[in-house]
Amino acid sequence: MEDLLALIVAKYNYWLYVILMMIGLYAMIAKNNLIKKLVGMNIFQTAIILFYISIGYKQDATIPIIQNAHGGQDAHNAVIHAADYINPLPHVLMLTAIVVSVATFGVAMALAVRIYQRYQTLEEDELRMRLSEE
Amino acid sequence: METIISIKPLLAVLVSLFVIPVLVSSSGKPNVRESWIFVAGIIKLILVLSMLPVILEGKQIALTLFEIAPGATIAFRVDGLGMLFAIVASSLYIVTSIYSIGYMRGLNEHGQTRFVCFFALAISATIGAAFSANLLTLYLFYEILSLATYPLVTHHQDATSRISGRRYLTFILGTSIALVLPAMIYCYHVTGTLEFSTAGIFTDQLSKPAATVLLLMFVFGFAKAGIMPFHTWLPAAMVAPTPVSALLHAVAVVKVGVFSIVRVVTGIFGVDLLADFNLGIVVMSIASFTILVSSCIALSQDELKRRLAYSTISQLSYIIFGVALLSPQGLLGGVIHIAMHAFGKITLFFCAGAIFVATGKKYISQMSGLGKKMPFTFAAFFIGALGVIGLPPTGGFYSKWNLILGTLEADQAIFMFVLLLSSFLNAFYFLPIVYKGFFGKSEEEDNNIPVKIQEANLCLVIPLIITAIISIVLFFYPTVFVNLIKIGLAL
Amino acid sequence: MDNYPALIVVTPLLAALLAGLAAWIEERLSYPIALIGLAISMFSAFKVLMQVISSGTIHYRMAGWAPPMGIEYSIDLLNAMVLMIVVSIAFFNLIASYKSVDQEINDRAGSFYTIYLLFVTGLLGVTATGDLFNLYVLIEITSLTSYAMVALGDKDRGPLASLNYVFIGVIGASFYLLGVGYLYMQTGSLNMADVANILPGLHGSSTILTAFILCMIGIWIKMALFPMHVWLPNAYSYSPVAFARIVAPLMTKVMVYVMIRLMITVFGYDYIFETLNIADAVVWLATLAVLAGAVMALAQKNLKKMLTYIIVCEIGYMVGGAWIGNQLGMTGAILHILNDALMTFALFLAVGNMVYKLKTVDLIDLKGLFGKMPWTMAGFVLTAFSIIGVPPTCGFFSKWYLILGAFEAGAYHFAAALVISSLICAVLFFKVFEICFFEPMSDGHGHADLTPPVKIEEAPLSMLIVSGLVSLSLIVAGLYSGTIVNTVILPFLKLQ
Repeated sequence: MEDLLALIVAKYNYWLYVILMMIGLYAMIAKNNLIKKLVGMNIFQTAIILFYISIGYKQDATIPIIQNAHGGQDAHNAVIHAADYINPLPHVLMLTAIVVSVATFGVAMALAVRIYQRYQTLEEDELRMRLSEE
Repeated sequence: METIISIKPLLAVLVSLFVIPVLVSSSGKPNVRESWIFVAGIIKLILVLSMLPVILEGKQIALTLFEIAPGATIAFRVDGLGMLFAIVASSLYIVTSIYSIGYMRGLNEHGQTRFVCFFALAISATIGAAFSANLLTLYLFYEILSLATYPLVTHHQDATSRISGRRYLTFILGTSIALVLPAMIYCYHVTGTLEFSTAGIFTDQLSKPAATVLLLMFVFGFAKAGIMPFHTWLPAAMVAPTPVSALLHAVAVVKVGVFSIVRVVTGIFGVDLLADFNLGIVVMSIASFTILVSSCIALSQDELKRRLAYSTISQLSYIIFGVALLSPQGLLGGVIHIAMHAFGKITLFFCAGAIFVATGKKYISQMSGLGKKMPFTFAAFFIGALGVIGLPPTGGFYSKWNLILGTLEADQAIFMFVLLLSSFLNAFYFLPIVYKGFFGKSEEEDNNIPVKIQEANLCLVIPLIITAIISIVLFFYPTVFVNLIKIGLAL
Repeated sequence: MDNYPALIVVTPLLAALLAGLAAWIEERLSYPIALIGLAISMFSAFKVLMQVISSGTIHYRMAGWAPPMGIEYSIDLLNAMVLMIVVSIAFFNLIASYKSVDQEINDRAGSFYTIYLLFVTGLLGVTATGDLFNLYVLIEITSLTSYAMVALGDKDRGPLASLNYVFIGVIGASFYLLGVGYLYMQTGSLNMADVANILPGLHGSSTILTAFILCMIGIWIKMALFPMHVWLPNAYSYSPVAFARIVAPLMTKVMVYVMIRLMITVFGYDYIFETLNIADAVVWLATLAVLAGAVMALAQKNLKKMLTYIIVCEIGYMVGGAWIGNQLGMTGAILHILNDALMTFALFLAVGNMVYKLKTVDLIDLKGLFGKMPWTMAGFVLTAFSIIGVPPTCGFFSKWYLILGAFEAGAYHFAAALVISSLICAVLFFKVFEICFFEPMSDGHGHADLTPPVKIEEAPLSMLIVSGLVSLSLIVAGLYSGTIVNTVILPFLKLQ
């Protein structure tokens, strides 16, 4: 039991993102309202973004910006210890992922607006009934 | 064996393929269209015959087109067997073309251009199958033939055609995809090649159970050979116009089926391997069953074409029977029956079609006394019947004689009774038609009207006379075919 | 020129920009711009293919940054072939689409061409890239544009179908992204070749296992492998025909390519077939996919829906072939990428012609089509034969390799599924042929004086020519299968 707890505490970032992902997935599948599904989708994607950021973390490290780097000669002379800075690469990757997520959300919202204009409802079961009648 | 590389086999196949666009473009001018068919047919026959001297010398003509995988190519190889089949098919194509002109015009059929185009495609596929060098090429042309003949069988586009067409495809396409395809790929998987070789392609790779299963898959898979229980498509296909029934179901389609089985038995398995495993008897029993049962069913059919269809099923199994004897004379008898039966049966079908065009009658019970109105037709029918029964002076006697000798040669004397019994049955279901035709009372006589000779139009009568005469000629001069078979099978 | 690899992907991107701008000024300009863009891209793809065949893999570094820091486009025989397929189909589809876009989406044709070009850019990028994260970005570009396209179609059902497609697509892509994250965690690199070098020492790691499973599941969702295929029929049926024609052949095949690339180049044969033991299970899954797709296709009453289920069946072929584990199976799978792309394209071209004339393609609407649209039907028939697997069309030859591979691996269930699905497809297509050929039923037993002649009402010439060409290419690709296998596929597999 103690080991299990220690395991959970040590890897809490993974647990967090898994829980967030499951919440998002649940919303996407189980909720009836289209907007709620969209929100779920966003949560799902955000969970993954958080996961990536979390793997770049190093203990006692600071943000990856080199101090006084614009000073010309000084910058070249300074020695950079990688262990002092958290990994910037996942952050960069996730910038792209955030853009993708926003774009997807935008497209999905546009679709939801279209659906609402046509059917005046955003509840999925009502939509299914209306579609099967046509 | 010396092999000559030549493009002639490919040309022979392609001639009727190339004529299709021409036929389509001349669809508005029937006479132009028909003359193009003849041009193509004659060129094809000339090409085929031009290769005959070379083959008779003992050489082979080959051409490889595409290599799909090592050992699996699309290639042609003209040997004795292929030449025999090609001669039969291409000569009968010309005769049938004359006949179909008379038939289709006589009945004012629709879609004649479509008809002749698919007919040409079917003949291309037949010649392609005849000249195939390996199992893959043979399978290719077999499938093309199945598909090309579907529009011909369902030509009338009515409800019966639809059902018959479905049955046609189910039995022919279904068996080839479900049985032949896996069996063929398995052969390739085990041996790495599919070329037809004189001693077969297997060395020691097959156990007896595997060989049995494989052989049965091929025998039943090539359902065009009409082996029971996959024979149902043949009577169903009789809804087609008679030229289709005549050429395709007496000559091309069914003969491609038996031809494929002959190739598999002699070229893939090899006579020795099958003899070692005693598989000859298995196939002979299957063939005997088909021979006897279909002869009995033929007795019960009143529609003339259906009786002829069941007769064809029976005769096809003669060929397989002969090959399954695995002895030289059996092989000779079986394979030469491909030619003898073709000429005999096509005469019979031509007569059936002529009767239909001239009088509209399809049922034998209606044909009493018809021989007096159509003496030439019934005389030819008589000769065709003799050929199928196997009596002199027709070529059919030659093949049956060899088959009987073959059973003695192979120590299978019991099976000789199968042959004799079925010949008796054949006589029983053919000769009464002729007898009633000539000696029965016709409607006119019943009403006391004098009987005039009123044959179908010349285009229909001349072909059937030609094929009847050829049947007789083959009795006296079977040598060309015999030599081709002897060379082809190294007998 | 050394920059052909970049040109392949960048040209459609620029063309999209230009087409979008042009649409503001003059709507009719966007079509020629799109055409020119794709033509240049096709030419570059051809050059790249020739170069790869003669001199081996091309490593192209974007902006000159060396991998693993920079993004590398690594083009070997497999990519080059798929690139050529993608861009050629996109180009010819564009030619055939002009009339149908006019008909279906005439008020927003400019947007259509812009999104079309972006979609093609995404596909080309997915194929060409050698970087795992770049792959994710391009998959998402492809997906986003396809979401938009699907919504452009059927006005009633399109948006909802698209929204459902969005949800499932996001799940798939996100799983893949997660998988890449795990890989990065363990290997520290995002470059495919680099990861492949580092991986052999890590075979026992559970992180790598998780990464592999997540990547695979994500890609399987994207390629519509049964049972994750549910988005496909709705998405493809309700989109505009011009788009269905390109998304159906290409999107799922490119995802199959990604799967094969991950299997062969990144994770490697040793890891997948020796360390992991899931290959048998996957082949069983593929067998199910093949059978389920075929059976569900048989049950459909609408031609477009029927064809989409056939795609599900074909995906089963490719996944099974790849996971059987021998060279023959993989050859069959890769050959089938080419063949299935062509076959699906030809099928949808024929259906597009029918939609143009008939507006709907429920099976009962197809009466008498052989008489009314003989050339379209001729192409359709030829393609149907290819799907059934009749030689000499290309479909037969990829089935040949797949069945041979199945025999060699002892996976007889997969071989049986292949044969059974061929039979089911035969039944399916002949059901359609019967409706087109026999109805309306004539009573006159086919005598010429009784049946009225049928007028020919074919699709416009541009659509006919493209559909005819592609149908013929099925035979050509079939007969030349040996050449294709020997020149492209076997050298690629031997290098692994």
